[in-house]
Amino acid sequence: MKASNALWKEKLAAKIPGNLAGEIDGYETDIALRKQGKMDERVFAETRLRRGTYGQRYDNGQRYDGSKFQEMKYPSGELTKGPSTMWDAPGMQRIKIPGGGLNADQLETMAELAEEYSDDIAHVTTRQDFQLHYIHIDDTPTLMRRLAASGITTREACGNSVRNVTACPYAGICQDEVFDVTPYSHALAQFLLGHPDCQSFGRKFKPAFSGCAQHACGLTSLHDIGFIAVTRNENGVEKRGFRTFVGGGLGAVPYMAKLFDDFVPVEEILPLTQSVARVFARLGEKKNRSRARIKFLVQDLGIEKFKELVLKERKTLTPDPRWTGFVDAAKKFEEAPLKPGSDWPSSGPDECFARWLKTNTRPQKQPGYVTVTVALPLGDITANQLRALADIVRRHTKETIRTTVEQNFAVRWVSQSDLPGMYRALDAVGLGDPGAGAIVDIVTCPGTDTCKLGISSSRGLAGELHRRLAEESFELDESVQHLHIKISGCFNSCGQHHVADLGFYGVSRKVAGFAVPHFQVVLGGEWEHNGGSYGLPVAAIPSKNIPQVVTRLTERYIAGRTEGETFKDFVKRVGKVELKKALEDLAKPPSDPNDRSFFSDWGDPREYTLGDMGVGECAGEVVSSVEFDLAGAEREVFDAQVALEGGQIEKAGKTAYQSMVHAAKALVKINRQSISDDPDEIIGEFRTQFYDTQKFWDPYAGGKFANYLFEAQQKSGQTYTADSSRYLIDEAQLFIDAAHACYNKIGTAVGA
Amino acid sequence: MSSPIQLQHVNVKLLAIDGASVDLEPLIPIFHGWIRDRVFEETLLDVADYRHVHDGPGVMVIGHQANYSVDNTSGRLGVRYNRKAALDGTNQDRLKQAARAALAAFQRLESEGSMKGALRFGGREMELFINDRALAPNTDATRMAAQPELHAFFGKLFQGADYTLTHETEPRRLFTVRVMSNKAFSVSELLANIES
Repeated sequence: MKASNALWKEKLAAKIPGNLAGEIDGYETDIALRKQGKMDERVFAETRLRRGTYGQRYDNGQRYDGSKFQEMKYPSGELTKGPSTMWDAPGMQRIKIPGGGLNADQLETMAELAEEYSDDIAHVTTRQDFQLHYIHIDDTPTLMRRLAASGITTREACGNSVRNVTACPYAGICQDEVFDVTPYSHALAQFLLGHPDCQSFGRKFKPAFSGCAQHACGLTSLHDIGFIAVTRNENGVEKRGFRTFVGGGLGAVPYMAKLFDDFVPVEEILPLTQSVARVFARLGEKKNRSRARIKFLVQDLGIEKFKELVLKERKTLTPDPRWTGFVDAAKKFEEAPLKPGSDWPSSGPDECFARWLKTNTRPQKQPGYVTVTVALPLGDITANQLRALADIVRRHTKETIRTTVEQNFAVRWVSQSDLPGMYRALDAVGLGDPGAGAIVDIVTCPGTDTCKLGISSSRGLAGELHRRLAEESFELDESVQHLHIKISGCFNSCGQHHVADLGFYGVSRKVAGFAVPHFQVVLGGEWEHNGGSYGLPVAAIPSKNIPQVVTRLTERYIAGRTEGETFKDFVKRVGKVELKKALEDLAKPPSDPNDRSFFSDWGDPREYTLGDMGVGECAGEVVSSVEFDLAGAEREVFDAQVALEGGQIEKAGKTAYQSMVHAAKALVKINRQSISDDPDEIIGEFRTQFYDTQKFWDPYAGGKFANYLFEAQQKSGQTYTADSSRYLIDEAQLFIDAAHACYNKIGTAVGA
Repeated sequence: MSSPIQLQHVNVKLLAIDGASVDLEPLIPIFHGWIRDRVFEETLLDVADYRHVHDGPGVMVIGHQANYSVDNTSGRLGVRYNRKAALDGTNQDRLKQAARAALAAFQRLESEGSMKGALRFGGREMELFINDRALAPNTDATRMAAQPELHAFFGKLFQGADYTLTHETEPRRLFTVRVMSNKAFSVSELLANIES
């Protein structure tokens, strides 16, 4: 697309490290081969994905305009960059930032790329990456060259590879960390990049580092491999190591990582990860994508067996000097400040400064310094703001800035007396908003704005909640100011809704014959302790009622909490049955049949999936038996959740399975009213009618949700454990959500 | 004679009056309507809402060949046309194409139901950017090289009036020219001048 692509190649030739230059040249050749029809579209798709170049919503060349599907006309015609992915359709470029660490020049590079190739916006993700949207595939080699010249690679930012190695952004300055994990995360990131043992995974693999167990910043519980810094005394000498976890992950059904070892010496983290990678590559699922993350392998084998295999693998490795080459330097690693430490400012510009000081600064363990959090609304920053931020970090620090998993920036080593001046500079460019880490600092994935998988508008909802809460957040009771709201546009959890106080993920429901965007309300998650516990869905509520859900639940918490009680503990004490009851009226469709506001999503006026409207339905009059039965199944899965929380594990598992069978039956009855109550008969009929015909298939997840049912059937005679019941409840909810989606898609009206 | 500079990826922004008071929310359904009704030659694809960022790109309709937006970059609200696909022809052709597209978009917005009366062209001021740092780095050399092209173009656009060109000198920014006429023009007048 850009007229200057060839110029950049020449201009940057001497500035790009040889290995990266060759890698990008090879990718450019792949682009040429694909254009000539000499490379299969699937192979090309994996090629670009491994370089972080994604597809984006509407890239199949069709877009629903609110009344019909329209075909997009592109100059490259039918040429594709992957299955059902048009060549010219805009895509997303993910850019890996290991540990979130950047310098000022790199911020400026990001600004240039956002301006020239994207829409002037760079987006910070929940895994410390950047994303640029609306990128043309022909521009991606140049974009990669400009990044490479600035010391950044997009290699393995997507695909079945080792993703960005994340790390606590406060490593090295946090007051209660064990030690600075920065150099260890960097060593692992460099070691794994392009490593031959990491090239044949069935799915992605995400590592994370944390300097402590108690805070959230590293989120090690929800990673494929997680390292928490620990020390131990060996013969009077303090030794550094990591409490190491494996098999965590969010996704549709979240798994809490399992403890692999209480203490892995720092010299062992690289070879141990290599061994884990080899076992994962060898034994991990390859064909069934929905069971291919390492969490399933760990679950299936059991942590003890998995550990045994990894340790056996470890003995077979050929020693590599990189395993320990970094260790001495790592121990001495320390960032330096630009200015001497100084006293806390005795006064500041205004009241806004005082608020900002309270929420956006964090005292460092080094006296006289603070880390400043720059809060980004929805993780977005403009090119001009990036340049201004580069100037600010140069002026106040030695360019010590990192992205955070809350989609913000942490500027480290700010001398305290610089705070008023730094605040003024940030505020002048709109980066001085208070509320970092507070209820107003909402985390969200891209959702239906740009993601192909989005079901509801997570960014639209986040924008609306941000607007409402920003106006009142400082009048809110102190107890709710630090709650975490996290939103995902679908069940895939990119917005990390499972570890929020108030989590939401997008689903659709049929109301009066029309599809209506909804969000499942997820309660009981914990952000602290590296994502200490996962919440479960309580109720599906129309998108337009979610702000009221937030108001109602927070008001209830303020009124009903005991002293010092966290929101998670409050949810546990009051119980989800009671809280669900409190939301019951909000789950109802609008009483006025002329009120169409519920039938579109936040920030998108198009009538939501009007094209799926059932033949012969009459808005506001018909509640089909399918909807009725699915609502019954949903009640059952909620009962299962209540049983689990009450310690009735067996009952929870059985009820969850039963809810799936009943949801399947609801669909089966469309064509076979006389179906019996025998689960085997229902599931057999469901398989014939909906699985084999692919009617139940999700456009992107394929038969994943139906497989949950088939697997549950196979295991239905076994004893349920706490873990298996919990997973089954999540799977049952997803199966029911998929049943709703299937029913919407079929558009068949069945009289009440 | 060939020009020493290639002006591609031309952006034109027409500044609005009282920009701070304009509510951008009504643009979202308008831009969805543009996609649905295929109001321009370009393939329009999606709407992006960036009202939540300070002095940002506002509300945009993303296209394959170009984006249109009501843009608030640098706190100056205006209708912006961002040409993404390279174009054949001369520099004058490309400047003309981008200016015509920006004017046509402004004209349409001025008459769109919910924006009517709210979004008004100031008549005197516009900004021009070259969104390509390799072709047009923001340097004195580029400014020198582009000068004849710019005068040829703006002389015709603002015919019958005097105008001044001011360059953005911050080297990290895009090549940027601010143009101010001493006489106010309507959108229709400028469109007529372009075609004259």
